[in-house]
Amino acid sequence: MFHRFANPTRFLRFAAVVQPWIAWITVILFAVGLYLGLLASPADYQQGETVRMMYVHVPSAWMALFCYSGLAIACAVALIWKHPLADLAAKATAPIGASFTFLALVTGSLWGKPMWSTWWVWDARLTSMLVLFFLYLGYMALNNAFDDPGRGAKSSSILALVGFVNVPIIKFSVDWWNTLHQPASVVKMGGPAIHASILAPLLVMSVAFTTYYLWVLLIRIRREVTANKVHALQMRQASRRGQ
Amino acid sequence: MSRFMSIIRRDLHLAMRQGMDSLMVVAFFVIAVVLFPFGVGPEPNILARIAPGVIWVAALLSSMLSLERLFQADFEDGSLELLALQPVALEITVMAKVCVHWLTTGLPLIIAAPLLAVLMNLPEDGFRVLLIALLLGTPTLSLIGAIGAALILGSRRGGILLSLLVLPLYIPVLIFGVSAVDAVIGGFSDKPQLLILSGILVAALALCPWAGAAAVRQGLE
Amino acid sequence: MESLSVFLDMGGYGHFVWPAYGVVAVVLIVLMIESRRSLKSAEAALAAMAPTKDGEEGSKA
Repeated sequence: MFHRFANPTRFLRFAAVVQPWIAWITVILFAVGLYLGLLASPADYQQGETVRMMYVHVPSAWMALFCYSGLAIACAVALIWKHPLADLAAKATAPIGASFTFLALVTGSLWGKPMWSTWWVWDARLTSMLVLFFLYLGYMALNNAFDDPGRGAKSSSILALVGFVNVPIIKFSVDWWNTLHQPASVVKMGGPAIHASILAPLLVMSVAFTTYYLWVLLIRIRREVTANKVHALQMRQASRRGQ
Repeated sequence: MSRFMSIIRRDLHLAMRQGMDSLMVVAFFVIAVVLFPFGVGPEPNILARIAPGVIWVAALLSSMLSLERLFQADFEDGSLELLALQPVALEITVMAKVCVHWLTTGLPLIIAAPLLAVLMNLPEDGFRVLLIALLLGTPTLSLIGAIGAALILGSRRGGILLSLLVLPLYIPVLIFGVSAVDAVIGGFSDKPQLLILSGILVAALALCPWAGAAAVRQGLE
Repeated sequence: MESLSVFLDMGGYGHFVWPAYGVVAVVLIVLMIESRRSLKSAEAALAAMAPTKDGEEGSKA
């Protein structure tokens, strides 16, 4: 399927068609999610109104991990099959994933203050998120550290895969090191442990965050494809002048 | 095997000629640790409590400082390209360089560690396990660091960028290394932590030369 | 009016809930704006370089 999009121009046309749909779906999902989350759902029995922060914190955290997986997959595809768009998809994903990680940290902190009466807790999940944030920053820094964008892409692809292999190890070590966070209450054997009225806004917001990611991803890949064309034309003009 | 040893011998020879490098790494290690009593106060109980962590973090940072030179010199004068073209697998070359890095950085750190443990008032039970943990952990640091060193070849901001790339990957070694020492001091067994450190080392031995060679190869393109 | 202030108060946790939603909104909107600006300037650069090429239609949504 992806072979069709190895041609950048064809991808641009595909993106131009798909983007408006994804945009509208995202806006609608956010509207529904915010309505359900802020207005139509009840406060939690134990946590009170603070549970509403879960509707932005949990999707942010899920997307932070989802984007890193996407980043690693794109980098693997780039290194192994050398698909021309894979590099660009990886480069486009990183800042979005880093933003989600940042949001997970900040909303987690804001949720933590009323819950555990402190702005920062070194619990396993927040700490792993912090390390993930640095993995993103490292990828982005390495990507931009070379004059030749191709070198930056290859180098950071290797880094992304090395980092990806490390994520479970880091998670395991941080878990070992600390435990305070709530046990996983949504994805569990035997179905979610939380009530439908709280699950509904959570799922809607999660899908909204995902379609938002796809929306921004399309824009950013389009930008990379266009920038590559500009770069190629500049190279061609420079060599022509040199003759 | 003989190729492997010859690369080690050559790099060691070069390192010995600039003998200052190992001494500077140890000096940094000592200074970094010594800063902590100045920072947190000389009260022995506090120092004892933070000693394993401080020594390990300083070891991490010291190990990282000398990583940049792992491939840089050979990269600049073209010998890295020649090494890559050898019939010997590039993985072996990377492994040899990692060995030299450990011999000139990790090993001196381990030798200096008891002195620092004394300065930080580490309880006596902790000395033995600290050395064993460092012995298991520092080679892993060299192995992981080699990948980072290869990735930044030809980049604009080598040193600081290398720290950003490599330090998050060091965290598991740090956690289990400190935990091993804390366990013994607290009267528990250090076996689980040391086993995990060994496991990480074995995994690093298997994967890092391969990843490092891949990084060197694309750095030479 | 009374129910609006109750809504904003969020059971006493308004100081946490609203900044949380606020920072999410700000980051997501800024990211979107920055991405689109970057795309527009790349497209402008492309148009400036090759005015005789078939212009790639980029429709913004």
